[in-house]
Amino acid sequence: MITDSQPVLRLDGVTRIHGEGAGEVHALRGIGFVARPGELVAVMGPSGSGKSTLLALAGGLDTPTSGTVTVEGVELGSLNAKERARLRRTSIGYVFQDFNLIPALTAAENVALPVELDGVRTATARKAARAALAEVGLEDLADRFPDEMSGGQQQRVAIARAVVGNRRLILADEPTGALDSHTGEEVLRLLRARCDAGAAGVLVTHEARHAAWADRVVFLRDGVVIDESGADAADDLLSGKHVG
Amino acid sequence: MSIKHGLLALLDAGPMYGYQLRAEFESRTGATWPLNVGQVYTTLARLERDDLIASAGTDDEGHVMYAVTESGSAEVAAWFASPVARNQPPRDELAIKLALAVTVPGVDVPAVIQAQRTATIGALQDYTRLKRTATERLEDSDDPRADLAWSLVLDSLIFAAEAEVRWLDHCEARLARVASTRTAAAQAAASQAAASQASEPPAPVPTPSRKVRR
Repeated sequence: MITDSQPVLRLDGVTRIHGEGAGEVHALRGIGFVARPGELVAVMGPSGSGKSTLLALAGGLDTPTSGTVTVEGVELGSLNAKERARLRRTSIGYVFQDFNLIPALTAAENVALPVELDGVRTATARKAARAALAEVGLEDLADRFPDEMSGGQQQRVAIARAVVGNRRLILADEPTGALDSHTGEEVLRLLRARCDAGAAGVLVTHEARHAAWADRVVFLRDGVVIDESGADAADDLLSGKHVG
Repeated sequence: MSIKHGLLALLDAGPMYGYQLRAEFESRTGATWPLNVGQVYTTLARLERDDLIASAGTDDEGHVMYAVTESGSAEVAAWFASPVARNQPPRDELAIKLALAVTVPGVDVPAVIQAQRTATIGALQDYTRLKRTATERLEDSDDPRADLAWSLVLDSLIFAAEAEVRWLDHCEARLARVASTRTAAAQAAASQAAASQASEPPAPVPTPSRKVRR
């Protein structure tokens, strides 16, 4: 059972206001959100509903106006910039719509980069990178450069990069947006497998067919969670009402 | 749904008995549209009456076997060759419900839309789980054709549910647009009235107090 495990990601009463005065925009209005180990949570909503803000806050790329964001039991607000950067490298993996691979580096080098940045010896980092690439079925393409690979292959490299070094929080922003439907499904299958193996995933998407791979689907409108589909609403999880 | 043609198509591949027909039909469609055995026998009786099938004796275990006749075989070919009729749209409870929701006063239409969206996504999650299992099973299947058939039926359910969600998103966006156009029109009317008042000397110019977002 995953019931007892501490959430990998937790947002409590998070509000994010951009700008001030008359131009004030409430991107998020006091939301609660939880992603536990082994769980893939999809976030759906029209543009401007706050889903990208939620992802940026979860990844420590932005800070809430009020409320707390906790990753692996550590409240991001309690960290200084350096500590936060380190937590981002060691605990959080990102998958973007446009892959964001470094063109001058091979697949293996791209995947090894976050590990190397963390001070791990190159040989060890490369080994971890090859293992992560094998997991997404790309061990044979480890020495290729991004422009020598298809979009689907590049996104698989990006997923390997997101999970290398045992990071347990995967944040994916429209990861299938640039892919055809079959390749997109492959990417979701990998994300899903990664979560089944114990990671927590947050998937922002506007495609219902992709959101359907998640255990829970959270609907955002105007910065608030208006509904959830799937078991165990976050409110219950946050208030401890959930008994499995 | 045409059970008649479904059974006839199965029989076109070779003689079968009633219970077997039901099992074959369900294995290819994943029991999405369950048949009761009574339905199968009633349909078989009609097919026999219409000379599209004929009984073909009994098998070793005493089951009454049926086989297609020549005209039955032609009927199957004609069925596959002709498209499913689209001229009479099937009654769609959701479309009807929304059409009424936007016209009957006092209905919280966004809530109607969201309740349906949550339910439909929930169904989509179930179908996707089934699809994952079906896809894994397909990899080492002893009846790959039936498993492929079931997987395609699941795709059909997935696409239909997805289309429904897209339509709901579309309805929501259109309603929001209509609402904001109305507010803008009301505001324009209000400020026009205010302007004509202001042209009569000493009256102070009223400022619209309510700001409307979006």
